Amino acid sequence: MFDVVVIGAGICGAMTARLLTEYGQKVCILERCPDVAMGTTKANSSIVHAGFDAEPGSLKARLNVRGSVMMEEIARQLGVKYRRIGALVVALGEEDKKTLSDLLEKGGINGVSGLEILERDELIKLEPGIADEVLCALHAPTSALVCPYELCIAAVGSAMDNGAELKLSFEVDKIERTDKGYIVGAGDKSVSARCVINCAGVYADEIARLVGDESFSIRPRRGEYLILDKECGNTVSHTVFRCPDEMGKGVLVTPTVDGNLFLGPTATDIDDKEDTSTTPEGFASIRARAVSQVKGIDFSKIIASFAGLRATGNTGDFIINMPLEGFVNVAAIESPGLSSAPAIAEYVRDMLEESGVEMRKDPNFKAERKSLHRFSTLSIEEKNAIIADRPEYGHIVCRCEGVSEGEILEAIRSNPRPSDVDGIKRRTRTGMGRCQGGFCTPYVIGLLARETGVDYGEISKFGGESLINIGRTKSDL
Amino acid sequence: MSLKTINTDILIIGGGPAGLSAAVSAYEAGARDMLIVEREETLGGILKQCIHSGFGLHRFGEELTGPEYAHIYISKIEEYGIPFMLDTMITELKPDKTATAVNSADGIFEIKAGAVILAMGCRERSRGALSIAGSRPSGIYTAGTAQKYVNLLGYMPGKEIVILGSGDIGLIMARRMTLEGANVKLCCDILPVPSGLPRNVEQCLNDFDIPLRLSCTVSKIHGKDRLAGVTLVDVDESLSPVPGSEEYVSCDTLLLSCGLIPENELSRGAGVIIDSKTGGPVTDENLQTVVEGIFACGNVHHVHGLVDDVSIQADIAGRAAALYVGA
Repeated sequence: MFDVVVIGAGICGAMTARLLTEYGQKVCILERCPDVAMGTTKANSSIVHAGFDAEPGSLKARLNVRGSVMMEEIARQLGVKYRRIGALVVALGEEDKKTLSDLLEKGGINGVSGLEILERDELIKLEPGIADEVLCALHAPTSALVCPYELCIAAVGSAMDNGAELKLSFEVDKIERTDKGYIVGAGDKSVSARCVINCAGVYADEIARLVGDESFSIRPRRGEYLILDKECGNTVSHTVFRCPDEMGKGVLVTPTVDGNLFLGPTATDIDDKEDTSTTPEGFASIRARAVSQVKGIDFSKIIASFAGLRATGNTGDFIINMPLEGFVNVAAIESPGLSSAPAIAEYVRDMLEESGVEMRKDPNFKAERKSLHRFSTLSIEEKNAIIADRPEYGHIVCRCEGVSEGEILEAIRSNPRPSDVDGIKRRTRTGMGRCQGGFCTPYVIGLLARETGVDYGEISKFGGESLINIGRTKSDL
Repeated sequence: MSLKTINTDILIIGGGPAGLSAAVSAYEAGARDMLIVEREETLGGILKQCIHSGFGLHRFGEELTGPEYAHIYISKIEEYGIPFMLDTMITELKPDKTATAVNSADGIFEIKAGAVILAMGCRERSRGALSIAGSRPSGIYTAGTAQKYVNLLGYMPGKEIVILGSGDIGLIMARRMTLEGANVKLCCDILPVPSGLPRNVEQCLNDFDIPLRLSCTVSKIHGKDRLAGVTLVDVDESLSPVPGSEEYVSCDTLLLSCGLIPENELSRGAGVIIDSKTGGPVTDENLQTVVEGIFACGNVHHVHGLVDDVSIQADIAGRAAALYVGA
């Protein structure tokens, strides 16, 4: 019997599980996919928003501002890259200028520090790459970058290192209430716990319905993105947003925490909760919008594109409530969900405590987690010391991102353990560079096969039917 | 702390056909103090996986396979005693011809060279670079990566194949996959003419009744976990999709043979100027880049159709580098 079952190993589930572990709870995380961070967390803008955008008084506003303040320290504890580079919301016309002053006012009410409106002459000093058509911009110096899946993997790993359990490929289809709590089932498997936290992303409404809560619904809003070669990473030095509209914060142009240039997202309401396909229209729209904000974007340097689904709810705000004793919904966590996640975890902890769950800080909780990205940040002397001790760190497997075999082995052996090629990619960045895995994937498969004891031909891209090879040559296929 | 430093007259970056040929010609021009640095575990570069024949007709007057062609050069390297380091990656090259390298045995070390020959080759254009819309299942490979699975590792990526792009590796893989028992449904190319050699169109497609559809491209990828099919669309003279010409073709594998990109990241770091048309360094008639003493040859210079031409060009670079260091 667990104290708490967390359904969903996205960023909200990960942060909540980790914090509850810190407060002495015996936690089990259930995830329907073969790895963590596979839904909305895998594919979003990766911005820690300052918090000027949300409606004052909303949960979004309150949790964003608090989460944004907490994020740097959490990233440090987890050994996750974090860069506070600031954001610029640019105005292209008179109407936009009015939106900027509204945002400035909202930001003030929300408690965001350092906001200012910069006229064009000051703006281009700060960000020379800004497009010629831009009139002025709102500058938010506290806006930052973090990689959402890196953060999520590290948070789940930290929770596990502190005693939490993770069950993958556990697709919850039944929740039964008992006198002691809940039995959460997936097919013929089940776990029981006193409390259940529903962090199921685009499926949170369906999980809530399993306990009879039909009070909200989630509709996916798809966002497409383009990633450019690191060669273009200096095109801008801030996150440059267009003025927000009813569909969201608009297309952004930003460096990533790893040094690529990143463009997107679009915003399309769809019905299929699995449809993360990209579209030619989406690509065209991103390009058109991006050049209206920033000049000098070299679209010939695109290396990848993808789409993610925002878990957009029907209330306009995050839905975090307790419809039944011991059952908490963490739903409709669209933007600024990543930014808010650390504060959402606190909010859930407080909600459980108010309902009578005893929360006591575990003195043995280890907040610090060894970073998987440690190697590339070491000095040459330290690198040579590690290579002397463990020669596999001297073997570069991914030439584009400079990832060594040692880092890949470390990722395979660390919580939460990856079992497929994309899992290695998200943990180490192998295959995320300009060749997109053309050279390193065959080798990565070999390492995974050897370390996990699975045949080379059985290794998949991301679990399920996504096999990379279908059998041996010279055999019946 | 001072790094371990190796001094050499000529540093050759890359042990594929260009690097091997450049090393041999530099030696034959009198150079003796040389070092080839190769990131893979054996010399030969991409020739290792090119097990088909057709190499060497110009250079040696006989038809060889890729490994046989590489072997001729590797034998000479051994005969001449030219030193090489395997499993070693150059991570940085400075304009003063000092390189930073890393491997498991030596850790991170420096190589100070009198002259450098860039011979890093090229990479294949990926799905991401092509911006093909749709889902992102497994089953999509660049042709060269698929060739590695089949020819070097002994695994089949799939059995119902569509090939996008009529580059030579794609054509060669059409035949290879067919011989391995796969069903290659068609090869399409957005351009109105095939981009591979006529002999490959003849021997790899026509001889196996594999249709070649020109002015046709893949506009959408379908499938959740594994590739389920692709949407083909015809394009007009401006390469824009022709509305209404969409056709769904089911397949479990899409091979991409849509062009090669010279790998010049090290070159840029050394201050070498890159030609935006070729993607390779701007060089003089001796293949010297704008940085004195840094030469470039093979597919890092520009993408060649035949390995024989790579060797011929690399000879020039090797001789010029030997002359530069006063050999």
